[in-house]
Amino acid sequence: MEDLTDVYNELIMEHSMNSYNKKNLEHPDYCELGHNPNCGDEITLQVELDGDTIKDMAFSGHGCAISQASTSIMIDTLKGKSVKDAKEIVKTFIEMIKRETKSEEDLKKLEDAIAFKNVSNMPARVKCALLAWHTLEKIFEEM
Amino acid sequence: MSEENIIKDFPLLKNKQIVYLDSGATAQKPEQVISAIENYYKKINANPHRGAYSLSIEATEEYENTRNKIAKFINAKSAEEIIFTKNATEAFNLIAYSYGMNNVVKDDEIVISIMEHHSNLVPWQAVAKKTSAKLNYMYINDEFELSDEEIENKITDKTKIVGITHVSNVLGTINNIEKIVKYAHKKGAVVVVDVSQSIPHMKIDVQKIDADFVVFSGHKMLAPMGIGILYGKKEILNKMPPFLMGGDMIEYVYEQDTTFAPLPNKFEAGTQNVEGVVGLGSAIDYISSIGYETIQKIESDVVSYAIEKLSNLDFIKLYMTPNVQNHQAVISFNIKGVHPHDVASILDGQGVCVRSGNHCAQPLMRFLGIDSTCRASFYFYNTKEDVDKLVEALNKAYDMFKKYLTT
Repeated sequence: MEDLTDVYNELIMEHSMNSYNKKNLEHPDYCELGHNPNCGDEITLQVELDGDTIKDMAFSGHGCAISQASTSIMIDTLKGKSVKDAKEIVKTFIEMIKRETKSEEDLKKLEDAIAFKNVSNMPARVKCALLAWHTLEKIFEEM
Repeated sequence: MSEENIIKDFPLLKNKQIVYLDSGATAQKPEQVISAIENYYKKINANPHRGAYSLSIEATEEYENTRNKIAKFINAKSAEEIIFTKNATEAFNLIAYSYGMNNVVKDDEIVISIMEHHSNLVPWQAVAKKTSAKLNYMYINDEFELSDEEIENKITDKTKIVGITHVSNVLGTINNIEKIVKYAHKKGAVVVVDVSQSIPHMKIDVQKIDADFVVFSGHKMLAPMGIGILYGKKEILNKMPPFLMGGDMIEYVYEQDTTFAPLPNKFEAGTQNVEGVVGLGSAIDYISSIGYETIQKIESDVVSYAIEKLSNLDFIKLYMTPNVQNHQAVISFNIKGVHPHDVASILDGQGVCVRSGNHCAQPLMRFLGIDSTCRASFYFYNTKEDVDKLVEALNKAYDMFKKYLTT
């Protein structure tokens, strides 16, 4: 048994309950709905590009603390990055959560998103942590 | 029967230090059921209805004797009215495809309640779409119950089929089945009753209920997964075409034509889940040996204690009727402002197993204006200590979230 305070830590709680990334962009280039029908979680992700750079991102919707925080922290991590770098980070995050092992060195580029590492020990919550990241992958496919 | 004596029969509960509050999803299995299945494979296993050798005959006897046992257990007029299916869902599909598709026509009405499990809902959508019939819903009132008025408003002269759960798997509401059946029959409709949530806890008498079809699964009443029961009135079942076709459900097969076996085999195509049937027979013996009266006494003590304790937590919202006599075994709740999946994960961290989600009842969730709930569901092996641990874990979950809650 574990008390899960390592998962529900300060950073994740702050982002999940009152995220400053939860808003609408005025001129998004991409807008994508992601959902987990099993739990009813739904997020809409918006991306605004400046050339090859992610200029801004935002999200709306509702869901559990893990899906909400994961979305918000993903935005913080990827804002200002090139699309190419962002794709690499998304791939690394998904591999971390799915326990498809990554070296500690690789995980460093996840910045705050490394906070979700322990979710890989909670199979029931993997989908929650990955919702936003899979939604962003869909946007990458449209680019 | 004391608590220790009951737990003693359940190896999983004895071996794992957990509080299991998800019996509404599936019950834990007693040693007696597990050994009956083991014994079947060690001593009786053969394909029923096939061989002329004595082992196959023994397997056939085991299979058919259990059918008789089930018929008696639910007071069916004859064993031919008992059809083995793989689960409750398959039984509903059998009724929908074999009866519904062939008896419902354009502009007819099918009426179900908003608290139906998807298994007694989605098949009726399919029938309504295919036949251009209307699918109408009986909605619950503020007390999470179906009012007599609602029943009488929705079931009309155009209604051909009424689908209703005996006990809601989300709300624990006990519906007044006999009233609904009586009224539906007066209007000329056939009634399908889902007793999956009730039969683990209370005596079901199909003649008293008088529904045309009654459906339940084995695994919620201590039997293994993969076995379900369809009870149907013989005169209706006889008129229905087979649902699945193939081995064992036939009389004569020619190159272009087939005649079908009589009831119940007509509806049991292919090799059946005999271990599931044996396990269900053993589960019925076990329930009978304890007795529904004892089961209900234990449960009502524990569940009323749980309701009292949970009602005292001001951060908890309960989704259940205030009329305890209309409620059974299932308590849906939320910590205000916290997502049920987070609550369930934190409870799991404390060894408390509750379900979170929409409980296969999305239309009900939408009607209640929520996405999901946590659900604690009880059985006679649960104790007041289990409730105390649930409450302790909920307090802990709330403590983790409260400083971040804005409302």
